[in-house]
Amino acid sequence: MHLSETVVGGFSFLAPWLVFAPLTGLLLNLVFGRRWSEKLIGTVASLASGAAFVVSVLLAYSVSINHGEVLRWRLAEWIHIGTLNLDWTFRIDSLSTTMMLVVSGVGTLIHIYAIGYMHEDVRFKHDEGRYARFFIFLNLFIMAMMVLVSGDSYLMLFVGWEGVGLCSFLLIGFWHEMDTLGRPSWANSDAGNKAFIVNRIGDFGFLIAVFLIFWNFNSLQFDEVFAGARSLSVINSPLTVAITLFLLLGVAGKSAQIPLYIWLPDAMAGPTPVSALIHAATMVTAGVYLVARSAPIYTTAPAAQYLVAMTGAVTALFAATIAVGQYDIKKVLAYSTISQLGFMVAAVGMGAYTAGMFHLITHAFFKALLFLSAGSVILGLERGHHYGEAHVHHGDKGRKKKKEVAHTQPVEVFDPGDMRNMGGLRKTMPVTFWLYIIGTLALAGIFPFAGFWSKDEILLDASLHFTGVYWLLSIAAFFTAFYMGRQIWLVFFGEPRHVAAVHAEESPKVMTLPLVVLALLSVAGGALNLPFEGFHDLGHWLAYTLGESESLPLDLTIAGVSTALALTAILISWLVYGRNPLKAGQVDPLKQPLGFVFTGMENKWFVDEGYFAVIIDPFRRLSQFVADVIDWRFWHDFVHDTVILGTYNWLSEVALDRYTDQRGIDAFANWLGTAAQWLSEKMRKLQNGFVRSYALAVMLGAVLILGYLIFK
Amino acid sequence: MTSELIVFLVLSLVAVSSALGMAFSRNAIYSALFLVLNFVTVAVFYLMLGAPFIAMSQITVYAGAIMVLFLFVIMLLGAESMAPSPQALPWQRPLAFILAVTLAVESIYLVFARARLNTVITTPDIAANSMESLREMAMTLFNQFLLPFEITSILLLVAMVGVIVLANRQKAGHRS
Amino acid sequence: MIPVDYYIVLSAILFTIGALGVLIRRNPLIIFMSIELMLNAANLAFVAFGRYYEITGQQSFYTGQIFVFFVIAVAAAEVAVGLALIVEIFKTKKNINIDEMNSLKG
Repeated sequence: MHLSETVVGGFSFLAPWLVFAPLTGLLLNLVFGRRWSEKLIGTVASLASGAAFVVSVLLAYSVSINHGEVLRWRLAEWIHIGTLNLDWTFRIDSLSTTMMLVVSGVGTLIHIYAIGYMHEDVRFKHDEGRYARFFIFLNLFIMAMMVLVSGDSYLMLFVGWEGVGLCSFLLIGFWHEMDTLGRPSWANSDAGNKAFIVNRIGDFGFLIAVFLIFWNFNSLQFDEVFAGARSLSVINSPLTVAITLFLLLGVAGKSAQIPLYIWLPDAMAGPTPVSALIHAATMVTAGVYLVARSAPIYTTAPAAQYLVAMTGAVTALFAATIAVGQYDIKKVLAYSTISQLGFMVAAVGMGAYTAGMFHLITHAFFKALLFLSAGSVILGLERGHHYGEAHVHHGDKGRKKKKEVAHTQPVEVFDPGDMRNMGGLRKTMPVTFWLYIIGTLALAGIFPFAGFWSKDEILLDASLHFTGVYWLLSIAAFFTAFYMGRQIWLVFFGEPRHVAAVHAEESPKVMTLPLVVLALLSVAGGALNLPFEGFHDLGHWLAYTLGESESLPLDLTIAGVSTALALTAILISWLVYGRNPLKAGQVDPLKQPLGFVFTGMENKWFVDEGYFAVIIDPFRRLSQFVADVIDWRFWHDFVHDTVILGTYNWLSEVALDRYTDQRGIDAFANWLGTAAQWLSEKMRKLQNGFVRSYALAVMLGAVLILGYLIFK
Repeated sequence: MTSELIVFLVLSLVAVSSALGMAFSRNAIYSALFLVLNFVTVAVFYLMLGAPFIAMSQITVYAGAIMVLFLFVIMLLGAESMAPSPQALPWQRPLAFILAVTLAVESIYLVFARARLNTVITTPDIAANSMESLREMAMTLFNQFLLPFEITSILLLVAMVGVIVLANRQKAGHRS
Repeated sequence: MIPVDYYIVLSAILFTIGALGVLIRRNPLIIFMSIELMLNAANLAFVAFGRYYEITGQQSFYTGQIFVFFVIAVAAAEVAVGLALIVEIFKTKKNINIDEMNSLKG
């Protein structure tokens, strides 16, 4: 059997609707978005995403009734050049359906949430026309993500990969003409550019890897490549290592790993549902999916696997330490996301694909929950701020805020995402509070929440294979629990530190209901892969695609240690932040004892500044040099102006104009005219009117022709 | 040297002489009569080449009708001889002789030295198959060359109309 | 038993004489007659070649003769028009000297 043939079974014929359903929603909103009400726009977009979810469920069902056989649905011929034969084929197996379910499931919930969130966001930002655009982008993202996860070849995956990158760029810069606080600035736009450019480095790696794969295996179709990789059977062959390392570069870009993670914190400039959907739950996990998908290649390169695992582990710890020093509620979650992605990458790097995917799923649940709850908190504060402003400033309307800000000191601008402005929100926003608690416990890995099971499985695997990775991840888990604890104390406990926090209001049901669903999933998500005999459901399910991996039973030591670490961290955070709540204007109590270490955490270990110093500034100076000296002075002034222009002027004035044109061509043309005149003057006389002399000429012609015939 | 060749050479002599006579006679009437003689000689050549129909056409149309027309016009205009007038083109006459001689020499050279047809023509028995030959020619003319034949008739018609117009215009000119 | 070349040479000589007549004579009627002589020379060549091709078996004998037939027909038409023109010119200029008809010079 040719490996890329269509295999049809169950509902596989529905596969194209993974893409077409979001496309339909997108087109509907594109055409009618200006006329439809916000509710209708949101409903259409959510239904489109929901339809993709239903299709995903049916496809997963089809895979299960076919006992894990890979289903393919060939939609169209794509590229047939030389030995490259690619079709637009949807690949439906247990791994891709898992991703589909996560993407469309969480995606749909976030769509619903966004109906409420964007309703207020566009009003706070004073541009209600962008409501439809937001949902168009969201549907476009779902579409691209579906292409990414359902592709049957590296190239199709790459198309989705770039598609989600584009959506990420569009949505980070959604409010592109202002900064996160609504002031006119290019900050958001810069954040989008940063994400796009940094991802370009990763995409470069991915592309090189794809080229190498084609060069080596003469195919880009997954099964053909994997068959080739298995038959290659040379462990750590240079080419395989090169492929895997370039893939790792792609992973580092998309999944925000060291050294390319720097774009993700800035990506928080996008609206919160975007942060939840793209920059926490789905897109950033594409790298993890890529490694899991490429498992057969990675298996043949243990050295690369080790590097992947170490990258993940170091990123996990590094990002977790930065999260401790952040004040912005979303920035904390962003670094937390980087850290958790590090966990997943470490897991898939170690070959614990089940654990990695498991954590991917649970993380999608609880991180989406946390982000959306954070969004709820931010909006709550915005509401409180507008309420407070309206009353404090004697009827000054909140809508004038933007204009005021432009004319008064920007220091006064209220930042609804700054945790130092919060405090005591558990009373004003009780639903959000409890949801946030659930998310925090899940993320911190407290029994029996989803995060506990998935993180524990990763740690267990690490302890068995890579001790170094285990320690790094454990410390990262400790920091995770600590910064989440800090966040809870700062945001929800103590006394309000700002008038906005006093007047904060709870979010509407359309926002809290999806959160409740996510919270339930965060609580119960661990049931997907319970580490007990007879369970390991996700492991068995993924084994269809990734091969049977070891199903480890619960190790009480590992679980106990990690739980103890988490509880300790939460306890410490209570001691620091909970026992003596932060007062308004007070510096962070950790700053005093930790000193420069905390300064480092606060300032993201100066990585951005480092990049500036090491790469960007030298690059700018080089560009400056190239532009000023090489291009302007040498190339423009000397080569163009002096050499080329001068030569050209001399050529045109002297050589061409005077000599060639005037004395050559002109003279020749004049001579032609004179000659024609002279000749016609002479020839005129031949036309003497005597018929006989004409006949003589004819006779002469006849004689000459005969002469020619004789002498030729 | 066969008798046929002797006849041919004698007739050739007559033809060339009459042609020269036509070209150089002072009197146009003589020229015309020399030309009639020439036409008759050529008609005999046609007979020798086995073309009795063409020979008869030659005699009736050329030697008969056309030459009579010439004589008529010469006499009508009184153009037997031109009044002597100074030569408008003094170099025309010597140049014409040179060219004519050259042309003749070239033609003869080409025929004998280059063409080398190497075929001897015999005179067919005209008396025996004259009707047959006439019939064959008619068949060819009215089958293969029917369209040119019809066009010729149109040509003759046009010529006739043209001549009538010329004659008419003359009258009109007189009236006005 | 006459070689076909003889006919062709005879035709060439007659043609040359005709051409000479056209070139040196000033009486348009004699020029006309010279032209008729040239046509006759060509006709003779046509018939001789026709006979030649019949003997060598390359083509029908009659093709050449039919050409002559057409030439005679065209010559008749030409003479009719030409003589009418000469008469017309004479009526206008009271003279038919060809050298005096040179008003179409450049």
